[in-house]
Amino acid sequence: MSVIQLVGIERVFHLGDSSVHALDHLDVAIEPGEYVAIMGPSGSGKSTLLNLLGLLDRPNVGSYRLEGRDVTTLSPDEQAEVRSRRIGFVFQSFHLVPRLTAAENIALPMMLAGIPGAERDSRVERALKDFGLDQRSDHRPDQLSGGQRQRVAIARATIMQPAVLLADEPTGNLDRATGEDVINLLEALNAKGMTLIIVTHDQKLGARARRQLEMEDGRLKHDSARDGARPVA
Amino acid sequence: MRYPDVLRFARDAAAGYPLRTGLSVLAMAIGVAAVVVLTALGDGARRYVVDQFSALGSNLVIVLPGRSATGGFSPANALTTTPRDLTIDDAFSLGRLPLVRRVAPLAAGTSEISAMGRLREVVVAGTAAPYIDIRSFRMAQGRFLPEADWNRGAPVAVIGSKIQEEIFGNRPAVGELIRLGDRRLRVVGVLKSVGQGLGMNTDEVVFVPVSLAQSMFNTNTLFRILIEARSRDEIEAVKAEVLAALKARHGGEEDVTVITQDAVLATFDKLLRALTAAVAGIAAISLAVAGILVMNVMLVAVTQRTGEIGLLKALGARGTTIRNAFMAEAAMLSLVGALTGYGLGLFGAFVLRQMYPVFPAYPPDWAVIAALGTALGTGLLFGIMPARRAARLDPVQALMKH
Repeated sequence: MSVIQLVGIERVFHLGDSSVHALDHLDVAIEPGEYVAIMGPSGSGKSTLLNLLGLLDRPNVGSYRLEGRDVTTLSPDEQAEVRSRRIGFVFQSFHLVPRLTAAENIALPMMLAGIPGAERDSRVERALKDFGLDQRSDHRPDQLSGGQRQRVAIARATIMQPAVLLADEPTGNLDRATGEDVINLLEALNAKGMTLIIVTHDQKLGARARRQLEMEDGRLKHDSARDGARPVA
Repeated sequence: MRYPDVLRFARDAAAGYPLRTGLSVLAMAIGVAAVVVLTALGDGARRYVVDQFSALGSNLVIVLPGRSATGGFSPANALTTTPRDLTIDDAFSLGRLPLVRRVAPLAAGTSEISAMGRLREVVVAGTAAPYIDIRSFRMAQGRFLPEADWNRGAPVAVIGSKIQEEIFGNRPAVGELIRLGDRRLRVVGVLKSVGQGLGMNTDEVVFVPVSLAQSMFNTNTLFRILIEARSRDEIEAVKAEVLAALKARHGGEEDVTVITQDAVLATFDKLLRALTAAVAGIAAISLAVAGILVMNVMLVAVTQRTGEIGLLKALGARGTTIRNAFMAEAAMLSLVGALTGYGLGLFGAFVLRQMYPVFPAYPPDWAVIAALGTALGTGLLFGIMPARRAARLDPVQALMKH
């Protein structure tokens, strides 16, 4: 069973009188444990697709099945529950809460999910160790380097053991070396079986993924899993 | 999200912006402190007046000559001729009424007292022996005016403590001769200091037998008749009885006014309570302003933390969770402000009491409860709008603002 199955997805934005098809007739299936790069120029719809996959946005038409369950028809609270348990986000600009320490930032999804403090502490401790942050647990984001910040963000994204990890230009704000570290970290998580979806316009980064989805004008231009297939007209 | 976590999260969020949090707490504190201090002032004034009236003595019924003007104009008033005066005989007759325990006439005027080579102006009160019990006064030296026929007064006087001090100093006054106007009187007693009462300072009054006072001032009328009822429950009955008796004596004409201490007290009490409430209402406006400030602060907080709200949604926070967090923050600002203001207000009232010890400036309980309640209420009420705005933010839009 596919972890993600999109069928006939359309997303239309209305800007004044004109309407823009950010996503147009999109059919994609992603299997558990896959490593997928969504690529394309800006405005191609890749961010819209990521928001949709992360249940931050709803399609106008089409169905989205996450782990076999149709999530497009869920209520906002049910969608929040799915985001909490099954989806992890990694952002280009890290999105750490500036007043919280590294440990508190990592614990945030568990706090929102209502997990008791004792269990939170033990899981955060393990995560800090796994991500090489155990010396930094009391540091606030402004006391951390870019690479450390992104590692905190990844620890936060994975602390709830989601089915899918969505990374939006995870190396965009990092220099090459730390970017490499972060990608290695994400790939290691994927190697342990987590489905990893990276949005990037960096060709070299995208090429590392086992599967590339190239977007253009809201359509899927090329899917490396269907190699040889014609671009969807 | 668990409630302790919501509270901790809100607390950390408020602490993350100390200046903004401090200012809104300050505004709320000033509002509550204003209510507490102003109501303490108002209620202090009320208590002061009530205490003063209570000092008059209990179960008191007072007869004044002439009809009360408070009834407004009536044709009956216009047609009647000058009201009959109150006389010593009127007063004496009231003493025979069944529900009346004691009666004392009161005639008053001013004169000069001279003794020991000193001279000063004094209020002279002509009355009789029961007066001291009706007013619950105590003697410092000697005794009060003797029991005697009210129409034949002995040449004796009882002086207030301040007069004793000013004329005689440390020497005993009892037995000394004084000159009061053109009379020579012997001092038989000195009253203990009691302070203000019935519009005159008793410490500066010279009491003489009523007939003596009348002849000194060349009149045969009384200023007041003081009556003590047998019990508090019978005050109204005594009032009716007295009125009926005097009406009968004055040829069927109701030309006196009978007031009870309760009525006077109740009027002042009502007046000053209304004043306190009005002052509290004015102060409450500052609470509303503080509430609006809290709303403003929370709206700024929502705008500033839009990115964070988007993140929380991406991490799986429900709309209600975000709303609760912002509501909790607004409530905390209000609560801390209210408690700080309460403390400040109590301190202000304390300072007032230190400066004016006679003035019992304590804030009434209702004002404290109302102030704290209004502070929390406005904080929460004005917190709803920003919190809802936060909860409704579109996560995609919110995440882009970072």
